[in-house]
Parts: sequence; C-alpha cells; structure tokens
Amino acid sequence: MHWNSLADFLAMGKHGLYVWGSVLVMAGAMLVEPMLIRRSRRKLVERLKRQYRAERSEAQAARPVHTRRSPV
Amino acid sequence: MSNRLINWFKYASPQSFFPLAGKMIPYFWLLAAIFALAGLTIGFLLAPIDEQQGEGYRIIFLHVPASWLSMFIYLVMAFWAACGLAFNTRLSGMMASALAPTGALFAFLSLWTGALWGKPMWGTWWVWDARLTSELILLFLYIGFIALQAAIDDPRRADKAGAILALVGVVNIPIIYFSVNWWNTLHQGASVSLTRAPSMAAMMLWGMLLCALACWMYSIAVALMRVRTIMLERERHTEWVRALLADKE
Repeated sequence: MHWNSLADFLAMGKHGLYVWGSVLVMAGAMLVEPMLIRRSRRKLVERLKRQYRAERSEAQAARPVHTRRSPV
Repeated sequence: MSNRLINWFKYASPQSFFPLAGKMIPYFWLLAAIFALAGLTIGFLLAPIDEQQGEGYRIIFLHVPASWLSMFIYLVMAFWAACGLAFNTRLSGMMASALAPTGALFAFLSLWTGALWGKPMWGTWWVWDARLTSELILLFLYIGFIALQAAIDDPRRADKAGAILALVGVVNIPIIYFSVNWWNTLHQGASVSLTRAPSMAAMMLWGMLLCALACWMYSIAVALMRVRTIMLERERHTEWVRALLADKE
C-alpha cells in the first residue's frame, strides 16, 4: 500500500482536484451511458408493443363482422 | 469435414445475432469489472509516486485507456462501415452506428482527463498542439458521423453516407498516434510502444494495461447493448421482432 492515510489518498499530493475530477467524470460517464441505453431500449420496446397492438386491432376492425375474433 | 466448420455468416443476420449478443453482454460486464478493480487497485493504491509529476500522474490510468479506446473504436467502426459498403450486410451498418457514441464518449474523456492533467503539469488546460488538436478532430468526426446518420431518414442510405465519412476520417488516426513524433508538441511521447521497452515502472504499466482492458470490455458490452436496441428499431417490421416482443407481453 502506497498511502499512509485516507486524507493522504484524497489529497493526491497537491493534485487531488485534478485526479478526482478525472475519476468522477469518467466513472460517471461510464455509469450513465449504459443507463441511457437501457432507458432508450425500454422506451422503444413500449412504443413497438403499442404499435403492434394498434395494428392488430386495426386489422381486426377491417375484417367483415362474422370473421372477427372475440376479444380475449 | 463440413460438420466441423462453424458457419460464421449465420451470425451476420440480426435475427441470430440478437440473442447471441444478449448472452455475451453479462460476461463482458464481468470482465470489465474485474479488470477495472485490478487496474484501479494497482494504479491508485499500489503504484509508486512519479518522480517528476508527483501523484498527479495517476490520471494516466484513465487518460491513456480513454485515448487508446477513442482511436481503436474509430478503427473498428470504420472496419464495419467498410464491410457494410463492400458486402451490403445489414449488421455492419448497425455495428458502426452502435460504436460511434461510445467512441465519442472516450474521445471526450480523453480530452477532459488530458485537460485536468495538463493544468497542473503544463500550467494550461489546453494548447493547440498537434496531439490535442487531432484528438479534438476525432471527437468532431464522431459527432459528424452521428449527426449525418441522424439527418438521413432511410437507414441504409444513412449507413452508406456515414461509412464514407468514417473511412475518410481514418486518415486522422495515424496523425493522432504519430503526432508526438512528427511534430514538436507539448504532449509527452508514447509511454508504451510496440518497438521498444516501455519507459515506465512495471507497476504503472500493469495498472495502465489493466485499465485499458477494462475500458475495452466496457466498450464491447455497451456496443452490444446499443446494437441490440438498433436492431429492434430497424427490424421492427420483421416477423422475428414481432414474435420476440409478443413473447414478452
């Protein structure tokens, strides 16, 4: 272990601001990016499901009455 | 004989690549976490102080991996773009689009950590020297690629236009890499090179390599996540996406 105390570690010589400024931004970016991807995927899946449902009910409505399936 | 050959082209179709990518993602996350833990432990807890730069040099464990990945991802993106142009495979364009935002992120992080390293060591956040300027151009190439693709509605045409931009931009990668040799720059020379022994302590070198591996595994995991979303979006009119989402209801 290179450090004598936690305060030592946090101070990083005189360069704490620069080192931790780099660490926080990089770690933050690498946490946020996958979260954003998950969110956009969830939204896309919801949108597509809505779209498919709408298409199905449209297709149902377009059929002659006697061939329609009764809703479940 | 033919039984022993794996049909690699099978996975060139989105329908079969989608579940495969989904299975691989957790393994790449796991590898990224292991490498990051090892690399950061070595880099921030065990590695000795640098004689010239004091503790501030520890930014190297973030800055060098981010910079390497920003260049490497561009090459991989251009490779997929070229495959898309040459073979007209659907998956290639999707891979290129999936890589661009992550590459842009690493280019930004390279500039950000570089600025925070430059201030205490050089006394300035930024100089217009060859290394820094060419890395900034790399960020703009990524942003240009993303913006160009977003501006074209037809995905296949967007892929083609983006591919040409990506391929032209490849010329910038050797410029970034060799800029410190070709021009007199404020930026220090390569710490690690393929042709000579590294100019740094073994502990520092290992920390840096492990952090770079962590970033690499992260990039693969994130790119696979994004390419799956792009697949669903682009293939939304196909039966396999309908069937897949119907299963989830």
